[in-house]
Amino acid sequence: MYDMKALYEASSVEEAIALRIEHPEAQIIAGGSDVLVQMREGKRAGKELISIYMIDDLRGVSLDEEENLRIGSLTSFSHITRDPLIQKYCNVLGEAVDQVGSPQIRNIGTIGGNTCNGVTSADSASTLHAYEAIVELTGKNGVRRLPIKDFYIKAGLVDIKPDEIQTAILIPKASYENTFGHYIKYGMRNAMEIATLGCSVNVRLSADKKKIERCRIAYGVAGPVPMRCPSAEAVANGAVPTKELAEQFARTVIDDINPRDSWRASKAFRQHIAVEMAKRAFTRAVELAGGEMA
Amino acid sequence: MSAQYKLIHCTINGKKVEKMVDVRASLTDMLRNDYHLTSVKKGCEVGECGACNVLINGEAFNSCIYLAVWAEGKNIQTLESLLSPDGELSDIQQAFVEESAIQCGFCTPGFIMTAVEILNAGKFYSDEELRKLLSGHLCRCTGYENIFRAVKKAMYRRLGKEIDF
Amino acid sequence: MSKVGRSEIRVDAFDKASGRTKYYEDRVPADALYVRIKHAEIAHGFVKSVDKSAAEAIPGVVKVLDCFDVPDLPFPTAGHPWSMDPGHQDIADRHLLNQHVRYWGDDVAVVIAENEVAAHQGVRALKVEYESLPFVLDVQKAMEDGAPQLHEAFPNNILKHTGMKKGDYSSAIKEPGLICIDKWYDTPTVQHCHIENHGCFAWQEDDRLVVVSSTQIPHIIRRVVGQALGRPWGDIEIVKPYIGGGFGNKQDALYEPLCAWCSTQVGGRCVRLDCSREETFVSNRVRHAIRFHIVSWLRKDGTIAARKVECFSNQGAYASHGHSIVAKAMGSFPQHYPCENMECDAYTVFTNRPAAGAMRGYGMPQASFADESNIEDCAKALGMDSYEFRKKNVMPKGFHDAFSGNTNYYDSFRECMTKGAAFIDYERKKKEYANDTGDIRRGIGMATFWYNTAVYPISLETSSNRMLLNLDGTVTFQCGETEIGQGADTAYAQMVAEAVGLKSYRDVHVKSCQDTDITPTGLGAYASRQTYVAGFSIRQTADLLREKILNYANEVTRQAVANMDIVDGNIIRKGDGSVLMSLSELAMTAQYNPVHSEHITAESTYTIRNNAYSFGCTFAEVEVDIPMCKVTLKNIVNVHDCGNLINPALAEAQVHGGMSMAIGYGLSEQLIFDEKTGKPLNGNLLDYKLSTFMDHPHLEAEFVENPEPTSPFGTKALGEPPACSGAPAIRNAILDATGVAIDRNPINPHVLYAEFSKAGLIHDDWKEAK
Repeated sequence: MYDMKALYEASSVEEAIALRIEHPEAQIIAGGSDVLVQMREGKRAGKELISIYMIDDLRGVSLDEEENLRIGSLTSFSHITRDPLIQKYCNVLGEAVDQVGSPQIRNIGTIGGNTCNGVTSADSASTLHAYEAIVELTGKNGVRRLPIKDFYIKAGLVDIKPDEIQTAILIPKASYENTFGHYIKYGMRNAMEIATLGCSVNVRLSADKKKIERCRIAYGVAGPVPMRCPSAEAVANGAVPTKELAEQFARTVIDDINPRDSWRASKAFRQHIAVEMAKRAFTRAVELAGGEMA
Repeated sequence: MSAQYKLIHCTINGKKVEKMVDVRASLTDMLRNDYHLTSVKKGCEVGECGACNVLINGEAFNSCIYLAVWAEGKNIQTLESLLSPDGELSDIQQAFVEESAIQCGFCTPGFIMTAVEILNAGKFYSDEELRKLLSGHLCRCTGYENIFRAVKKAMYRRLGKEIDF
Repeated sequence: MSKVGRSEIRVDAFDKASGRTKYYEDRVPADALYVRIKHAEIAHGFVKSVDKSAAEAIPGVVKVLDCFDVPDLPFPTAGHPWSMDPGHQDIADRHLLNQHVRYWGDDVAVVIAENEVAAHQGVRALKVEYESLPFVLDVQKAMEDGAPQLHEAFPNNILKHTGMKKGDYSSAIKEPGLICIDKWYDTPTVQHCHIENHGCFAWQEDDRLVVVSSTQIPHIIRRVVGQALGRPWGDIEIVKPYIGGGFGNKQDALYEPLCAWCSTQVGGRCVRLDCSREETFVSNRVRHAIRFHIVSWLRKDGTIAARKVECFSNQGAYASHGHSIVAKAMGSFPQHYPCENMECDAYTVFTNRPAAGAMRGYGMPQASFADESNIEDCAKALGMDSYEFRKKNVMPKGFHDAFSGNTNYYDSFRECMTKGAAFIDYERKKKEYANDTGDIRRGIGMATFWYNTAVYPISLETSSNRMLLNLDGTVTFQCGETEIGQGADTAYAQMVAEAVGLKSYRDVHVKSCQDTDITPTGLGAYASRQTYVAGFSIRQTADLLREKILNYANEVTRQAVANMDIVDGNIIRKGDGSVLMSLSELAMTAQYNPVHSEHITAESTYTIRNNAYSFGCTFAEVEVDIPMCKVTLKNIVNVHDCGNLINPALAEAQVHGGMSMAIGYGLSEQLIFDEKTGKPLNGNLLDYKLSTFMDHPHLEAEFVENPEPTSPFGTKALGEPPACSGAPAIRNAILDATGVAIDRNPINPHVLYAEFSKAGLIHDDWKEAK
């Protein structure tokens, strides 16, 4: 039995917005795998909740008219992984969220919840950053879209206005087209794990597969919020994929990332594995794109 | 603060039911306290051990972090539903028994319900895939070895294949 | 056909597979009040005051009690048999709630409420004022003069120091040409992590107290509750239903005394006290972290000239099982690799950590990690293969230990090693993997252990049971050694069927749920003794039952008792094997005979004054990803000589579980503490890295069945042994793969990063560029 002051249930986006305005102190709950755990811990005990879990309209993956991938915010991780559109256009996202917690958590956990709680360790976050995803928020004045990097403000805080809920995450066609990515999660065990570090790399190769047209890399847990590595990307963009390039690319991430010391892992350890993971994820992404590491 | 209740309609183990539930209740609370379905175990109450796992519309969920009010309109299945009317074990239960996959028994109901979801997919899974599909449950007695054997055996039997461990 | 030595289905398998098995929480009455504990949020200090007013004002809160309300009746908690010798009794250092806070998480107050939410709210509303004191987490620091003192009666926090000497160590080490290996080994604080948390509920009935508890040791709990509440022990009735694992944590009085006392404070109403997972990690018991200092003096011919072993055991805040654990650890060394000159010392030291108690292996996983790491290091220093070094030095056949009376009747160690090496293809792989030089390297390692089955002669060993002949010819069986998931009931059923002469083990109804008012007194489930000790009393009681049956059969059949036997549920005439009558016919005749009615039952107690060596080894194969600081366990096998197997399938399953625990011990499990506050940091199942389904390879369990001569069924320890040698085998495999000897466990990526950096295997060249 949860120590909850009140529960307000929304069955539509409009209802959710109205409830947000009516109960400004209330916390939104999607799948609840974070919120309920915090409530039990006492952190959110005695609070009001607005449940949006029953809004089925927010579930599912589709292509919009511009062929952007549109993922409803309540789509569960397991449904993302199994979705044919995801598998076709952004398989790495499906693979990344297939490493969240456990099968049961992947059935309840939603991509909206994963991003809205603003934690750096979210398994979806690095890939969404690496794909320059767009966050769709719906409020009383309509829809607002913003790049995911702007959505994250600081640890645990994202840009959601008091009358808004997140309704979708979009991956632009320009972002996923001809692009292949790989995600590596570093954990202390192979399941039921929070990422010590997450690294997502994707590349688009030239038509002859000899050159990297675009390389993007993002990390979770390399700083207070998920982050891209512009210096490392600059090293790879336009370059010929080689083992030396992979090494150089990987070493450069050190200039971009800013992991911290915590009891979960030291800064030095996180930096060390960040470099190794960048190298491996980059190499694999090039392979997936049909390239060869000279 | 006054208590808040909601009338919930759902199907539990094949039977349509309706119940006034405290909105603060987890599905574990509802199944254990209101329906005495005590196969739903509490091992951590934060979704880490898998002991409270049940099937909701055929998918595995940790009922401890699932609000009871979300059961509205859902089809919920607990281990109690697997015995046949004349008390026969289902194939997966039988496999757990045969393979000595049960020791203290506390993780068993959750594991079996995940195994039901796996088997109901009707697919063949590799050893590695099976391990991943079962990885949402912790067990301290078995080292997972015989649980793995039991699920694999049941999968082979369903698919009409010969098993070779 | 024999009823033992067969892989029968567990007697409780059907109910467990169908979800019918009732554990304590499934039996709690709906109207029970909830007890929640307020745990201290400092590591050391005194409670100055507890402001209860806000908590008491919460609707649903029935009563708030704090450390100033409890009786001043110190009590011990260890699940040891009572000793009539006061000098050998467990240390009584516990109160129901504590004014002197000795660890972060100590119990200072309780809230009793009508519902769970109110109880939680009440605990959060309590305002506790503390006087904080300096705290100490490390054993060596705790022994220093001026260190924070936990218990007045124990200067320098030393609960106990014992030692043993053999030969003349200081002269022996002067022998010219000796090689000295002088190393320290560290083992971590870990937790049992049974999936069912401990909990209990209690109420008053007829002026007595009934407690239903998730415990391994109902009869001992009865005594401890009596001590803690100052009540005659007969006033207490403990009921043990099925339990969801124990592994030693529930071989302690956990919250039964507090729960029972809470009931007395609310007029005898039923109260429930359920530990959360977080409480299980911090406020139950943990495994002792033991630090070892081993100095081995080696001759170039591969023999050991002398050895010195110092063991420092981190007891945490309260005595619990105390010194017995490190004493057992220390005692393993002189017998494992006997040498002429040895000096051993063991210290048990209080620190401001959670109290350490019994845990599967009882000091041996720690000793095994240190001993087998050191032996590996010795072999390496000599340039010998460690397999050969072990074969040369490990306990020989015929070895006799005067204290326990144990004899190594067979060459079990070497038989187990041979079997394990064959399974894992030791020699070939050892050679092949020596060539690995890249980022990913493979290695193979091994470790051995020995284990004492029971607790004789250190403590009393007794076993009692009762057999009732039912009218259908089946036997109802009760005994004090408990089923805790390990399969004891099934082994008992098989042994009873065998000893009485029943058709099937299914004809034995084992009363798994124990009630101290009804169940014959026994000591519960601990050590690795259930099958061994119950074997003695089962054989004895079965003989009594058989005698009664055959005496009655003599009245009915007129055949001489000596000419009859009971086989497969029938009374037969030995001479021609003819069936005289079934047990059911006999039971019916005896029960309903209008002239001589008899309900045929038997009950007896056997005092076991024997013990038995159990042996085994682990071989492990790893793949080490050096840059990623990751170890993948590729292959692992345990080989055990636990005597005759009563039920091979269940024995194998037991071994798997122990191996899994050893894998976690070797690679991932550790409860960690904030050095600044003493607060445990990872006491939950996400942050404490218990192995998951994806962290194990196939677990192979093999056996060498050398019958134990002292046991009526030829059996000896198996419950704990599988947890002993896995971690050092993995450690030695990592050494083999990388050349890096890691002297602490768990060998997790943090440790590997530090060790590989130190060894120059990884090199962050970007650091220099900065």
